Amino acid sequence: MSILTIAKLELLIARRNLWVATAIILMALFNVVLTIAGNAPSGVLGASPMTIALTSITTLSVYLIPLIALLLSFDAIAGEAERGTLTLGLSYPLSRGEILVGKFLAHMAVLAIAIGIGLALTTVLIVSRHGVSAIEWLPLLRIYATSLALGATFIGLGYTISSLVPQTGAASGVAIALWLIAVVLYDLGLLGALVADTGGYFSKVIFPWALVANPADAFRLLNMPSQSVNMLATGVGAAGGVSGVVGQLASLLLWPFAAIAFALIAFRKVQP
Amino acid sequence: MSALNIQHVFKRHGALETVSDVSMKVEAGERVALLGHNGAGKTTIIKMILGLMPITQGEIQILGGQPGHAAARKQTGFLPESVAFHGSLTGREQLHHFARLKSTSLKQADDLLERVGLGHAADRKIRTYSKGMRQRVGLAQVVLGQPKIAILDEPTSGLDPVSRHEFYDIVEEMAHNGAAVLLSSHALTELELRTDRIAILSKGKLVANDSLSQLRQQACLPIRFKVTATDETIESVNKELGGERVNGRSVELTCGPEDKIGVLSAITALGPVVKDVDVTPASLEQLYRHYSQSTHGES
Repeated sequence: MSILTIAKLELLIARRNLWVATAIILMALFNVVLTIAGNAPSGVLGASPMTIALTSITTLSVYLIPLIALLLSFDAIAGEAERGTLTLGLSYPLSRGEILVGKFLAHMAVLAIAIGIGLALTTVLIVSRHGVSAIEWLPLLRIYATSLALGATFIGLGYTISSLVPQTGAASGVAIALWLIAVVLYDLGLLGALVADTGGYFSKVIFPWALVANPADAFRLLNMPSQSVNMLATGVGAAGGVSGVVGQLASLLLWPFAAIAFALIAFRKVQP
Repeated sequence: MSALNIQHVFKRHGALETVSDVSMKVEAGERVALLGHNGAGKTTIIKMILGLMPITQGEIQILGGQPGHAAARKQTGFLPESVAFHGSLTGREQLHHFARLKSTSLKQADDLLERVGLGHAADRKIRTYSKGMRQRVGLAQVVLGQPKIAILDEPTSGLDPVSRHEFYDIVEEMAHNGAAVLLSSHALTELELRTDRIAILSKGKLVANDSLSQLRQQACLPIRFKVTATDETIESVNKELGGERVNGRSVELTCGPEDKIGVLSAITALGPVVKDVDVTPASLEQLYRHYSQSTHGES
């Protein structure tokens, strides 16, 4: 009951702060642009219009969803501590777990609405050009579910940062650093190691698992149809084979829970 | 069973001791003021009472349980120092939220908004509120759900005199309904008539804990008389009573509490020469200074 009360208030605040509108506009804009842009050369590649659209959207979502999730969450605890609302909130008859889960539900709702609207627009655009038969439900559902898992992971990590770093300014800096590492530097580092190793133990055994250990990469691999994966560097393609769908799924399923657990541990240590 | 029982509580941050061996009780229906300069340890004690900060040593019992236990939190009203709310919510939304968390009716929240004088502004964003108005929202959420204990940290800072008066009316009503009230303050004068007991903290130690009249007696602070006569007669009055000439026609003198009646009869013996007399007992400010300076040794 308390959880829903917190969630309701947080959703109201997110709406007032225009976070809901911002997230929806971002997702809708990019999805529409990518769907239209990806539509022109479809005949040449021989892939279905849905596959092409979702492949572009996947590539973009890897960057965009963690970013939106972190922007929604980095302020959650640090902001309250800085404004001075945290002390009073913690004196109320509800546990810190309830507060955190309440906020999480609200922020997940924002993501779910924004991503849902984006994908719905993509579907509408494809249907208007290629007819109802062009809809492929499975890839659509897959990208929606995995996007939410990816978002949940970074919302949880954002709360963790927000609990560990009590100033919002510093928290936002750490959040951006995390984003940069997870979606850009991590892959660059792995590729660098791959080049240096040239087909040794690292490339064959460690690399595939190291790749899916990053939820952003697991998300990318799960949503890239095999032919587009083959077009990537051979190492990344091999990774899809070795760790397999099981590894990718496990990564995306475990990360949200782990991230929320981290957040809870960190939040319990906060002294108002 | 006391609503609040603090027994030999210490708080240390490394080598720094911010609260040392504080013991005090607050009974149901009692209003106790916790006085102290900035950094005396008032807020630290309050946070320990609420279970927001671990206790280094000693014990606190609030409504018969450990600080922060669920039943105690449900029956506690708390007003933090310089209370803040989310600016993009309206007063009504914020108070409804608190009412839901305390499992009280939204109707009570609406009534309280009227009671603290925010009825007209209830549907405006809190961002547009003055500090006094935010303090009123804070007070309203304390009263929500008829708490058995109310803990108010610097509750009247930022309130104008009229609002302070209204504030103490509400505190009195809570105490009348059986709530134990602990409030911290450094605005001294307003407390004189509005609290049952005064506890003075100095550098983390409790240096006094009694009713105002008892504290006055123990401190033996001088009573001040101001006797007014006319320009012609003031000379003889001054000769008679001693003391000090202050302006054209007044004399000021002081005496210990035990000589008060003697001095008064000496003044009345002067007869119609005396136009006016002011008798001022030691103010809370003086008492406070007295107790917080003579810290060492007593407790």
